[in-house]
Amino acid sequence: MPDKRIELSDAVASIESGMTIGIGGWGSRRKPMAIVRELLRSDVKDLTVVSLGGPDVGLLVAAGKVRKLIYGFVTLDSIPLDPLFTAARERGELELQEYDEGMFVTGLRAAANRLSFLPTLAGIGSDVLAANPHLKTIKSPYSDDEYVAVPAITMDVALIHANRSDTAGNIQFLGPDPYFDDLYAMAATRTFVSTEKIVPTENLLDEGSFHTLMLSRMYVTGVIETPKGAHFTTCEPDYGRDELFQKHYVASAKDPVAWDAFTAEFLAGDEAAFHAAVERFHAEQEKSLV
Amino acid sequence: MSNDVTIAEICVAACSDIYRESGELLAHAVGIVPTIGARLAKLTHSPDIILSDGEAFMMSEPPALGKSAAHGGTIEGWAPFSRIFDIVATGRRQSIMGASQIDQYGNQNISLIGDWKKPKRQLIGVRGAPGNTANHRVDYWIARHGSRLFVESVDMVSGVGNDRARAAGLKHHHLGVIITNLAVLGFDENGRIKVLSVHPGVDPQEVTDNTGFPLDASTAPETRIPTDEELRLIREVIDPRAARNREVPVPQPVG
Repeated sequence: MPDKRIELSDAVASIESGMTIGIGGWGSRRKPMAIVRELLRSDVKDLTVVSLGGPDVGLLVAAGKVRKLIYGFVTLDSIPLDPLFTAARERGELELQEYDEGMFVTGLRAAANRLSFLPTLAGIGSDVLAANPHLKTIKSPYSDDEYVAVPAITMDVALIHANRSDTAGNIQFLGPDPYFDDLYAMAATRTFVSTEKIVPTENLLDEGSFHTLMLSRMYVTGVIETPKGAHFTTCEPDYGRDELFQKHYVASAKDPVAWDAFTAEFLAGDEAAFHAAVERFHAEQEKSLV
Repeated sequence: MSNDVTIAEICVAACSDIYRESGELLAHAVGIVPTIGARLAKLTHSPDIILSDGEAFMMSEPPALGKSAAHGGTIEGWAPFSRIFDIVATGRRQSIMGASQIDQYGNQNISLIGDWKKPKRQLIGVRGAPGNTANHRVDYWIARHGSRLFVESVDMVSGVGNDRARAAGLKHHHLGVIITNLAVLGFDENGRIKVLSVHPGVDPQEVTDNTGFPLDASTAPETRIPTDEELRLIREVIDPRAARNREVPVPQPVG
């Protein structure tokens, strides 16, 4: 089997300005944050970002990396709104395709199936059609029904974070929800997967049943071992969301001065520096509680 | 027991009543009061409805309020998000959703306030509201009934109202009721909001005054008060920490 282990920097170096990138996970759950942080360090810009969004979207938008956003929502789950995203939205500076969640998935499925569109009932009668003038409806050839013809959401690169992988890129999701990460990979030309841990293929079933092997190496371009690579979003069962840090992110994001300080403290260095800064943050929080 | 019933508990019982005809389907409930209502329905008149833990599991015994399956309860099925959209499409689901705006035909907005291109306030986005309203019954829970919420026209139709659903020919569209901290609202034969009942202790004029379109509440009956058994289940079994009263802030004695 091929050895697809690569460095974080190599994966991101292959992403070019103007590309369409899909980001797996859901809200503030199992987002490939290590890859997102590496993107923040790069000089890539003018991206079209496809996401059921969480802090991945807020961070990339605030860093000026995003030209266009195709999304179902942007939320931090335990905190409903991401201030970096809502601020950009309220400045009116983003090109947007906001879909109903089910429509979004239909678009991913169309791309994965190499179809130019797939029909769905979701969106009919709503203002999603008015807000997305590119969307067309289609009459059923068999009945009087009319459906939204959701165009395929194809992407140049999909970015995913997983619990385990082998060196060949067989991907394992151990948490309760695999989200739509398999569809992103199938809808993309190339897929990079960051993973908590790379294990020998024969050990993949040590921690979960065969049902957890939902993404085959045939869809995977490269795997990157990034422990805590989804931080501060969830990566069940390896770790939950770092709620304290997420609160700090939100509080900082609401104020330009505080945001500059946050950026300097957490996002100026490499991935190791980030995790060291998070440790310092928690140590200080504990001290202030005593 | 019933002389100290709170508005929150009356709303829980009204939410529970939503499921009387449901049978075997997934009860999706956003908010504390609707979640307690669904659990109350399962423990009383509708034992066959299917609850979820709010994450990826269907629960024959739900975990403690606000907790996921990782914290207890009995799992009876797996429903990650990919399966949820399949379930929505089969129609085997009902939602009690919230709203930032609702108009007189039940068009609901949770997406933004202001103009689409440059909103005054970006909210959560349309989320699943268009697909839910196109595919299965949807009811709404409004913890604060006010004239900025019940408006002449909403800024972005997320959940589809009766007028638009009829015009678009949505066959599976079904708006049920709107339960607020003042009243239970339904729809007349033209698809317009009408008052089904006003909660005990609430002045009907208060309902009219707090609605941004004409709404007559003067002849509406009183909303039913939960039975003693329902109150016991709400207070002792489902919500012993009284989270319901945080969602409907002032627990006013009404009985």
